[in-house]
Amino acid sequence: MADVTMRIWRGDDKGGQLVDYRIEGNEGEVVLDVIHRLQATQAPDLACRWNCKAGKCGSCSAEINGMPRLMCMTRMDQLPAGPVTVTPMRTFPIIKDLVTDVSFNFEMAKRVPAFNPPPAPEGGYRMAQVDVERGQEFRKCIECFLCQNVCHVIRDHEDNKAHYAGPRFFIRYAELEMHPLDTNDRRELVRERMGLGLCNITKCCTEVCPEHIKITDNAIIPLKERAVDAHYDPVAWLGRKITGRKKRSADEAAALRP
Amino acid sequence: MADYESHSYDVIIIGAGGAGLRAAIEAKGRGLNVALICKSLLGKAHTVMAEGGVAAAMGNVYSEDNWQVHFRDTMRGGKMLNNWRMAQLHAQESPDRVRELEGWGALFDRTKDGRILQRDVGGHRSARLAHVGDRTGLELIRTLQQKAVSMDIDVFMECKILKLLQDAEGRVSGAIGYWRPTGEFISFTAKAVVLASGGVGKSWKYTSNSWEGTGDGHAMAMWAGADLIDMECVQFHPTGMVWPLSVRGILVTEGVRGDGGVLRNSDGKRFMFDYVADMFRAETAESEEEADKWYDDHTAGRRPPELLPRDEVARSINSEVKAGRGSPHGGVFLDIASRRSAEFIRRRLPSMYHQFMELAGVDITATAMEVGPTCHYIMGGVRVDADTTATTVPGLFAAGEVAGGMHGSNRLGGNSLSDLLVFGRRAGMGAADYVEGRTGTPTIDHDELEAVVQESLKPFTRETGENPYDIQRDLQEMMQSNVGIIRTGSELEEALVELDKLVERADNVAVKGGRVYNPAWNLATDLPSMLTVSRSVTLGALNRKESRGGHTREDFPKPDPEFGKVNLVLSQPSGGGMHGEIKISPEPLLQMPDDLKVLFEETK
Repeated sequence: MADVTMRIWRGDDKGGQLVDYRIEGNEGEVVLDVIHRLQATQAPDLACRWNCKAGKCGSCSAEINGMPRLMCMTRMDQLPAGPVTVTPMRTFPIIKDLVTDVSFNFEMAKRVPAFNPPPAPEGGYRMAQVDVERGQEFRKCIECFLCQNVCHVIRDHEDNKAHYAGPRFFIRYAELEMHPLDTNDRRELVRERMGLGLCNITKCCTEVCPEHIKITDNAIIPLKERAVDAHYDPVAWLGRKITGRKKRSADEAAALRP
Repeated sequence: MADYESHSYDVIIIGAGGAGLRAAIEAKGRGLNVALICKSLLGKAHTVMAEGGVAAAMGNVYSEDNWQVHFRDTMRGGKMLNNWRMAQLHAQESPDRVRELEGWGALFDRTKDGRILQRDVGGHRSARLAHVGDRTGLELIRTLQQKAVSMDIDVFMECKILKLLQDAEGRVSGAIGYWRPTGEFISFTAKAVVLASGGVGKSWKYTSNSWEGTGDGHAMAMWAGADLIDMECVQFHPTGMVWPLSVRGILVTEGVRGDGGVLRNSDGKRFMFDYVADMFRAETAESEEEADKWYDDHTAGRRPPELLPRDEVARSINSEVKAGRGSPHGGVFLDIASRRSAEFIRRRLPSMYHQFMELAGVDITATAMEVGPTCHYIMGGVRVDADTTATTVPGLFAAGEVAGGMHGSNRLGGNSLSDLLVFGRRAGMGAADYVEGRTGTPTIDHDELEAVVQESLKPFTRETGENPYDIQRDLQEMMQSNVGIIRTGSELEEALVELDKLVERADNVAVKGGRVYNPAWNLATDLPSMLTVSRSVTLGALNRKESRGGHTREDFPKPDPEFGKVNLVLSQPSGGGMHGEIKISPEPLLQMPDDLKVLFEETK
């Protein structure tokens, strides 16, 4: 097959540049295959993350011709002719070449108040398939963090990272909110501390999700509705007044540990 | 001596797949100070690749299922080479381990009455695999990861451990490694170490394993004086992708066959009916008609031969291809398109649908998949005590794929996720008990630590030398052709000679660039373990002069009852790391008590 040109960003936290590599193309290859062959021949120290090479682990996220994608699921023959540009995810600090520091996401994961079910009855919990399916859609998430990468709330505004969980964690909160067994109420928490209101539903996250999770429609919008209902709904307010029950505050939700 | 980052813990766990996470949760739950160390980011371990499900005799679909049947299936699947006690604990405890995951947030597919749904795969007499579509491994690792995070367990991500450290009495007392993102060294002192480092498949060319499967735990255990057993027992999963070449080896779940998929050759024939071994004849369907009744009602017919254990199916595929009846790209056809509706396939096998569509441009709801065997799993591993997972070295424990014995000479589908849960928990318990009974503060030998560091840096000091990628490629090609699915004595002898040469070449590896996230250097530091396990597998294969389970010798095509009574035990009595001589000797299997032997007599 004809040669291909790979235009790869090489550098570290101090800076870098695009470097062109010419290499033979092979039938059926994905971008990650070509990167691996470059490592084995021309650029042994070219850094990239990968694990499963089958779209299941979410390690090899990058921007290919400017589009956030998994390198293992992007076929070379489906890209337009000409050089293929591969750059690291832009929202996260560079470690080296295509590898970025994604620890922001692991910090946000720590802030999620844990799942908190009632004690299991004899023989285990019973749940209907239709009820688990809503959460199952979000649990398809492979944590590639492409949705986090593309979200302009943090991509263009670094300072928002302090108080914005991002789409990956909004689907996590939605999953817990919709879980048939969970007893914690995190609605005030996502509204006050996780920056749910900052999302203005441009659906960029949904567009790049390799698992085709409908992040905006099925998670973020319902979550916004529930958070707003809990906070502002006058009927719910009156109901709480009459029954004397309080909604769970962000602090209370965050403090709940199983 | 240089000053390295150092940490002190009660228990360190090397590997953060299912077994490592489950061990960490258990040890942390006991109030111990725990560190979890992994070569990749958290949640990316090979466990995510498991597709079909987690085996547990819960009896949700067929209420007559119980642990005795699961135990019997596991032992027969392993051709009776299993550590019976591990197989027993595994069968007894896996239902509780699965239910426990639900309490931590897992969402399994449901039966009509709201219980956990279970599916069929090969070798299990009953529908037994709790699952979430075909992404069960992801569900399992994410659930455990989220549980571990909620318990504030310290995680060291992208951290490669080079060697275990021992005190003057030989107890394991720590480890030395480096951070991949910075290349800086890091040392740990610990009262106990749990190995949960997974498998060895990266030493073969066509493999379902990721770059991490370099056998670090197997090798480090043996270097530290632990025994390995039955390393020749390597599972070649019958159905890996074969085309395009660049994706060759990527796994196609056994769930495809459990859900009705069948194997056909180039004549369109369901050839598995021609390959039913005597051991399985009584319970396997004789005709397509009988087999097809079974999917909906297990009492209406016997099992389809496509659901024989993996070793049987892999060998059969190999024979069909050799006989010239293979598919265009050297596999056979796995056909579910003609047997189930497109809607059913997309619902039950979403990630297979996705994988073939994106990578091969094949719509599996319309056409058959091309599949062939791929190196998948090692049954052999570190010799452990079943109840505590203790190895033969004090303070060292092992669970999951790195441990040997549980699966005998062949593993059944679904038994690996349950293995991770059952023995991950037991490793956490075993390590915690050991720590509580241990006296004195663990000490590490700083000279030894420094020697490991200096050795690992040598590739940077060589002006000229071997590219580590070249050595890896040559190793993979050699292991694929000489120590693959079908083996012979002469090729294995040749492999040992080739391995000596590869070790010599590994001594001369040169790496350019800095230590910050340098994949060539990372690979250079993986080569010693890859070479150590490759040698162990080859030696085992040469010495087991019979065919059993995942180990097939062309020159000894039948099982030998005498070999059926022994484990082949490997050790390095004089040390020496990658260069050390490996001793191999047969030792009698653990004797099964009479009340369990009865389970096998009834069906003879």
